[in-house]
Amino acid sequence: METPAISCEELCKRFGNKTALDRLDLAVAQGTVHGLLGPNGAGKTTAVRVLATLLRPDSGHARVAGFDVVREASQVRARIGLAGQNAAVDEILSGQQNLVMFGRLSHLPAVTARRRASELLGQFALTEAATRPVRQYSGGMRRRLDLAASFILAPRVLFLDEPTAGLDPHGRSEVWQVIRTLAAAGTTVLLTTQYLDEADLLADVITVIAAGRVIAEGTPGDLKTLAGGDRIDVTLRQASDLDPAATLLRARLGTHVRVDLDRRELSVPVTDRLGVLTQIIGLLQESNISAEDVAVRRPTLDEAFRHLTWPQPAPASAVASAEVTTA
Amino acid sequence: MTLALVPEIPPTIRSRIGWAIRDTWVITCRDLAHWRQQPGSVVAGTLVFPIMIVLMFGYLLGGAMIVPGGGDYRDFLMPGMFAMTMVFGIGSTLTAVSSDAARGVTDRFRSMPMAAPAVIGGRAAADMLNSAVALAVLTGCAFLTGWHPDRGAVRALAALGLLLLLRFAFVWAGVYLGLRFYASTEAVTAVRTLEFPIGFLGNPFVAISTMPAWLGAIALWNPLSSTATAARQLFGDPVGAHASWITSHAIIMAVAWPLLLIAVFFPLSLRRYQRLSR
Repeated sequence: METPAISCEELCKRFGNKTALDRLDLAVAQGTVHGLLGPNGAGKTTAVRVLATLLRPDSGHARVAGFDVVREASQVRARIGLAGQNAAVDEILSGQQNLVMFGRLSHLPAVTARRRASELLGQFALTEAATRPVRQYSGGMRRRLDLAASFILAPRVLFLDEPTAGLDPHGRSEVWQVIRTLAAAGTTVLLTTQYLDEADLLADVITVIAAGRVIAEGTPGDLKTLAGGDRIDVTLRQASDLDPAATLLRARLGTHVRVDLDRRELSVPVTDRLGVLTQIIGLLQESNISAEDVAVRRPTLDEAFRHLTWPQPAPASAVASAEVTTA
Repeated sequence: MTLALVPEIPPTIRSRIGWAIRDTWVITCRDLAHWRQQPGSVVAGTLVFPIMIVLMFGYLLGGAMIVPGGGDYRDFLMPGMFAMTMVFGIGSTLTAVSSDAARGVTDRFRSMPMAAPAVIGGRAAADMLNSAVALAVLTGCAFLTGWHPDRGAVRALAALGLLLLLRFAFVWAGVYLGLRFYASTEAVTAVRTLEFPIGFLGNPFVAISTMPAWLGAIALWNPLSSTATAARQLFGDPVGAHASWITSHAIIMAVAWPLLLIAVFFPLSLRRYQRLSR
C-alpha cells in the first residue's frame, strides 16, 4: 500500500491543564483533499501546527511526506506548505516582492525564485496586482497571495487552516477554485474549516474531531448517512395543522417525526422513499390537511456534524429549527 | 503537475552557517525594501521625533537652559538626543517583532526550510542598519545647527559605536518583549510606552544635578544616561557637572550597561523563540 502523505499516531498535546490533542490518529492518502472538521477548540489548529512542525507534540508520532515532524523537521519543512488563518504576508511589500522573498527563504536560487513568483502570480490571478503593495489588496487577493506563498515549492503536502475564514462569498469561491486546481495537480491537502459546505465541496475524506480525538471519518456521503439517511420534509399551509399531522404520521407510519414550527415543517426519516411519500400524501388528504410542499432529501453535512458533535440530542422541535453553528 | 521543488537541507555545520547568513540577509533586505516602499513613514518614524526634540529643546526652550559646569546647551543636547533616539528604537523593534508574530508571518518563516536563527537575526541586523542610517542623518542635522565633535574622529567614532551598542542592547529587549506580548495589541502598546520613561528619565535634555535627589538617582542609573555622558565626553561636549562614581566612569558604564542588557535579553529572546513551539 502507498505510504500516506500524512500520518499520525496517538498524538497528544496539552497546554497547561487543557488537552488539545488526545491520542489523535490520522492518515491522509496521497493526492487527496482531507477535511478536518470539528467545533471550536476541538484541536484542529493544534493538529495542523504539530504536523507543520510549528508545535512539538507531548507524545505520539507524526510523519509528513515520509519524515518525522520532530526529528526530521527541516526535511518536512522542505516538502510542505502552510497557509494559516491570517494572510501571513508582508503588507508593505508588493505581492511579487513577497513571493520572491519567500522563494529565497525556501532556498530557491534567485532566478528560480523570480520565475516561481511570476508563475504563481499568474496561477493565482494576481499578475495585474503584482507590483502593488499588499495593503491595497482585497481580502480575497490577500488570501490568494497567502496560498501562493504556501505553494512556492509546489509542495506535495499543503496545510490549509481555515483558508476562507473572514472572506466574503466571492472571496471564498475564488479560494475554493484555487484549492481545486492545486488538488487536481496532485497535491495532498489537509484542510481545516468551520464551514461544512466548504468541506462538502472540497474534501474527498472528512475526519471529524472533538476534544482532540477522532469521532468519525469517511467521505462526505458516509457521514451524511451516519446522520440518519434520507428524510421527507412536508411543509404545511397552516401552523395549527402541525401537531395533529405529526400525531397522525407517528401513529400510522410508526416512525419518529420532527416538527419545525418556524418553517411549518414535519420531517420524517425514510428508507423506502417512494412508498412512504405516497403514504404521507394519502394520509394528509384523508385528514384534510393541505401541504404546501413535499420534498425528499438527503441529510446535509450540517446534520451529520450536529449528530456527531452534539453530546445530547436536542428536543425534537428544536432540532430542525436550530441553525447549525459550528463557530 | 508542477514538479515539487525540494531544497536540499545542508548536511554540514558550515553549510548551515552559510544558509543562516543568507537567510539573515534576505530578511534584512525585506526591511530595506520597506524603506524603498515607504520612505516617508520611515523618515517620520525615526527622524521626525528627534528633530522635533532638537527644535523644541534646542531653540524654543534652549535659551533658558543652563548647563551646570558651563558650556553651550545645544552642544549638551545633541549627544543626549542621539542616545534618546537609540532608546526609542526599542519601539520599532517591538512593533515589528510582535506584528510579525501576531499576523502569522513568523509562523510562516518557521514552517519554511530556512535557518531558524535568521528569523530574529535578520530583524536585529535590519534594525541596526536602520539605526546606523538614522544616527548618520541626525549627526548630519546636528552639523547643520553648528554642532561638531571637538576631540577628533577616533573619539567621535567611538561615541557613535557606544550609541549603536546601546541600540543593539535595546534590539534584544525589543525582540524579547515582542515575542512575549505579541498576542495582545493592548499589551504591546502598553509595553511600548516604556520607551518614554527610559527615554526621558535620564540626562538627554537636562543635567542630573538640576533634578531632585530621588529623581536624579533614577536618572543616574538609567543606561541611557551613561551612554549620553560617555558620548558627550568623547565628542568633547559639556557633560553637566555631576560628581558620582557612575558619572566619572561613564565610558565603562556605557559599555557595561548594554552588555548586561544583552546578557539578559539575548538568551531570553532565544528562549522565547524556542518556546513558540511549546
